Amino acid sequence: MTDDVLVRVDNLVKYFPVRTSGMIRRTVGQVQAVDGVSLEIPRGKTLGLVGETGCGKSTLARCIAGLLPVTSGTVNFDGSDITNLSRRRMIPYRREIQMIFQDPYGSLNPRRRVGAIIGDPFAIHKTVTGSERKRKVQELMERVGLNPEHYNRFPAEFSGGQRQRIGVARALALQPKLIICDEPVSALDVSIQAQVLNLLSDLQRDFGLSYLFIAHDLEVVRHVSDEVMVMYLGRVAEAGPKAPVYDNPRHPYTAALLSAAPAADPETAATRQRILLTGDVPSPIDPPSGCRFHPRCPKAQDLCGQEEPQLEVKAGDVTSHVTACHFPVEAGENLATVASRREGL
Amino acid sequence: MSITEMEFQASSVEGASVQTVEGRSQWQLTWRRLRSDKVAVASMIVIVIMVLLAIFAPAVAALVHHPVDTAYPNTGETAAGNPVGPGTNGFWLGTDDTGRDLMVRILYGARISLFVGIVTTLIATVAGVTVGLMAGYFGGIIDTVLARFTDAVLAFPYVVLALALAVVFGPSLSVIIGVIAFFSWAGIARIVRGQTLSLKEKEYIEAARSLGAGPFRIMFIDILPNLLAPVLVLATLYIPSAVVFEATLSYLGLGIQPPTPSWGNILADAQNFYQVAWWYVVFPAAALLITTLAFNLLGDGIRDAMDPTTERLLASRKGGRRRLRRGPVGGPSAEFPDPDVQVAGGGVI
Repeated sequence: MTDDVLVRVDNLVKYFPVRTSGMIRRTVGQVQAVDGVSLEIPRGKTLGLVGETGCGKSTLARCIAGLLPVTSGTVNFDGSDITNLSRRRMIPYRREIQMIFQDPYGSLNPRRRVGAIIGDPFAIHKTVTGSERKRKVQELMERVGLNPEHYNRFPAEFSGGQRQRIGVARALALQPKLIICDEPVSALDVSIQAQVLNLLSDLQRDFGLSYLFIAHDLEVVRHVSDEVMVMYLGRVAEAGPKAPVYDNPRHPYTAALLSAAPAADPETAATRQRILLTGDVPSPIDPPSGCRFHPRCPKAQDLCGQEEPQLEVKAGDVTSHVTACHFPVEAGENLATVASRREGL
Repeated sequence: MSITEMEFQASSVEGASVQTVEGRSQWQLTWRRLRSDKVAVASMIVIVIMVLLAIFAPAVAALVHHPVDTAYPNTGETAAGNPVGPGTNGFWLGTDDTGRDLMVRILYGARISLFVGIVTTLIATVAGVTVGLMAGYFGGIIDTVLARFTDAVLAFPYVVLALALAVVFGPSLSVIIGVIAFFSWAGIARIVRGQTLSLKEKEYIEAARSLGAGPFRIMFIDILPNLLAPVLVLATLYIPSAVVFEATLSYLGLGIQPPTPSWGNILADAQNFYQVAWWYVVFPAAALLITTLAFNLLGDGIRDAMDPTTERLLASRKGGRRRLRRGPVGGPSAEFPDPDVQVAGGGVI
């Protein structure tokens, strides 16, 4: 139990069957939303999960939270296997794993009062009742920066940032060990984002929480994460501690993402060369062979379409920094020129 | 530091906006709009009067000294044995063919009609909501079975079957209520199922699941409150059809049996006398018409009051140009994609 890893996901696979419509449904294919992902979330730390829309981030989060059944692979939480537990057997772990959702409008029931929403975890797990519950809820509201007087209001009476605080209070109620944040700030204004992010890091410090933090905003992930994992089309492209991944990305996809992120400093922005990826993300129903990134990769060679690269430590990297690429980016290499050369051919 | 400053500023802004916004629940807003709808208010008044008259029918009977089933062959009938007209010999609305006080009988009929209307609607609503929620939420085989059953009930030629059932089980109040309820729940179930299908995809349902809420808690605590508006409208519109259904069965002699009065069986008796006693037909028919009309208009009013787009229409008509400009183009719909939110936002403006 003194393990410093809270969550261990091993080779998790989640396929969604694609069925024909109508009375008799045939399965005609599978969306390979998550295809063999392994990860570890360290205790009291934050794992940032980055990737484009549709790369399987949210599906992975829902599999870990036990909201979606897993096709194969295992999820181990705090020493116990929680893969595909029944609803009843999952209940004790529900107290330990909470979620914060992306949409501060959609994740709160518009017809229920805020006090009832935040008190839900207590009601469901029957831990606190009556006036004690109200007191606890108001404590939570105060802790996340809401006015406890607003106990009887409806979600519609709050702003986006306040609503996300309500979501945080609800997630905090049962004093969980892990909070899965599924793009918690992407629907908020930048100034409000900062508030919510600061709140999340304060709470992490005070309660020793672990976060799985999902976002497509690289700067947000850089701000909150200790470890970073980059996903592409259901697979892990690159993973490791924050500093090496951001400073020295080895996977061309990571490098392209980083080059596309807007830079705060105008000088950096002016001198930096953007790596333009051609084409769209391929369909996860019929992913490309070999490396899934190869049709869009500026460095792709024949091998990339034939053989799937394994996640491994590349020469010169720290041992926890792994990359799935046959031809990792070297320090100082300019991918933008590689890309334009390829297009010129 | 800059972030802290930003936080301070932003939170003070948020705090200020909260103080000025006056909190109103969905129901308060609906009620406010309903109150400004003259037709709906008039319907409500009519319904309340009708209900009060039905409740106090025995008191009215005592007031005019004409018990409901007592015939007055001397004062209540003409020499030829026909009913006497309104206002004659203390019979305010005249008498029926056996010399009984028509007004008292119509008021006693209202007891039956409203009781049947409200009780069947309650049963049908509870059954329809339960079936619809289960079908919509569980999906799969449960949905297939329940939805097909619902379709089957809706497809039945219900008047014919109701007549058959009334014949088989013998006419009685509970059979009538059972039969009408059985043919009413399916429409509610279908609408509730459709709504549930879309509501269960909402993120707050997933949030409830992630907290460990069971299916029944989700159905009745998270989904049901979001369904109350359409269900309330439907239920209000089902009451008059249940009233008419009861009248139909009684008219055909398969409902409430004489001497217990019901609007349907009074009308059935009256049809032989319409040439000599117009009041015998007109007053019970008018009671039926006014009641069903009032419920229907109230249902329409509630539906309009709950629909956020109606308020903008009303507001622009009343409040003049300022609101008109704001309404359709700008603010609420763009800021609040969720219709529920739009209601609250729109009301505050």
